[in-house]
Amino acid sequence: MDFPEDYKYTKDHEWVQMSGDVATVGITEFAQSELGDLVFVDLPKVGASVKQHGTMCVVESTKAASDVYSPLTGTVASVNDALTADPGLINRTPYTEGWIAKISGVSVAEIAGLMSAAEYKALLGK
Amino acid sequence: MKRTPLYDEHLRLGGKMVEFAGWEMPVQYSGVVAEHVAVRERVGLFDVSHMGEIWVTGSSAERALELLTCNRVSALYDGKAQYSALLNDQGGVIDDIIIYRFSSERYLLCVNASNADRDFEWLVSRNTTDAVITNVSAEYGQIAVQGPRAIELLAPLVRSCDLTQVKSFHFVETEILGTNVIIARTGYTGEDGVEIFVPSSKTVDIWRLLLEHGEPYGVVPCGLGARDSLRLEAALPLHGHELAPDISALESGLGWIIKFDKGEFIGRQALLAQREQGLKRKLVGLFLTDAGIARQGDTVDSIDGRGAVGVVTSGTKTPTVQRALAMALVDNSVSTVDTKVSCVVRGRTIGAVVVSLPFYRRAR
Repeated sequence: MDFPEDYKYTKDHEWVQMSGDVATVGITEFAQSELGDLVFVDLPKVGASVKQHGTMCVVESTKAASDVYSPLTGTVASVNDALTADPGLINRTPYTEGWIAKISGVSVAEIAGLMSAAEYKALLGK
Repeated sequence: MKRTPLYDEHLRLGGKMVEFAGWEMPVQYSGVVAEHVAVRERVGLFDVSHMGEIWVTGSSAERALELLTCNRVSALYDGKAQYSALLNDQGGVIDDIIIYRFSSERYLLCVNASNADRDFEWLVSRNTTDAVITNVSAEYGQIAVQGPRAIELLAPLVRSCDLTQVKSFHFVETEILGTNVIIARTGYTGEDGVEIFVPSSKTVDIWRLLLEHGEPYGVVPCGLGARDSLRLEAALPLHGHELAPDISALESGLGWIIKFDKGEFIGRQALLAQREQGLKRKLVGLFLTDAGIARQGDTVDSIDGRGAVGVVTSGTKTPTVQRALAMALVDNSVSTVDTKVSCVVRGRTIGAVVVSLPFYRRAR
């Protein structure tokens, strides 16, 4: 399984990629493989406030709905509308085309508290 | 947790194992969508060894089953199978079953995994004849081969009979690899195909043969995830969802297998009374018209402010129909096709419309 080195991770299996002060977030390869084929993504609303570890959106497989937690506190700046037509992007390319949202106004302290790729791999026992 | 004879095969094939009705079963191998599509377009293999098998034998077997089940047992003949149900005295569904007639004195009942022990105890306790009822669930493995290429795949492996001549809801006793098997033209996917009863000890050999020999036909092993999305598109009811002891068999759409004129059977009096008073609820299909997926237990609301008018029994977005769809048990007032309703999904109200069932019907 792949876990990009320059990304940050949470114990809830979300990833964060910082670009300036905007965080792009999604779910990890491990998370998508556990969830199975996704058939629906209930995207967050642009402009919505999200709290770290609070529910950001819901992804659904044929079998079940699962919450995706926000890795950081901030404001949803944009969402990946391509997921509406093709939720499978998360399964196929979880770290690139499968991104879920961009979050602005995030705190440096929260980012510093996220896991590195090595720490996340250790958490998974990989 | 219980394991089928194919447990090690599932692990070897990368099956993701989950608990289902006390059994450790694969929910998927390659992915629910790919497996679902394989069954619609080619052929898929399912381990259904967790299903229960119960023999009813003896000269009173037919009389016993007429009383214990709701469909007309006397309509069966040797080699014929029949969809039926065990009802309680209130007319609710204890289980839905298939009855296979081997002779006028030998009938095999195939029952749901989660209900097998309860069904057996209930059959024994309510049997008023000297028919002998035996739970042989542990003796049989069961493999479902489902999809448009299922018969083509199997025919060369079955030399003693012509499978193409075995019609829907018929079965044969034959051989695969020198092993005695029962092949029934039945299934739970809405596609053509068979369910094969094999001795437990030979299940692995036959599973491997089917996978190996099926490769040119594009066969893939399929898990419970695909089984559920396939049966839902075909609107085949699932016990614990559409069928339950506290849902009347008439309300859940089993009216076509309830033979009031065959004489007394368990549940008949209650169902007659319900029919006379008129049914209050009906099982319907829904398409969701707003984004979202309704699932079992979600409330169905009226759109004219009358509040709750029903409950979702099964729902997801399925690979072939490619829409969020559901089956729901609703008030008669909203059961007509094209009626607009709404579903309450995690506190959010989502539009839906009543549609006719099934959602998917294969071309014949």
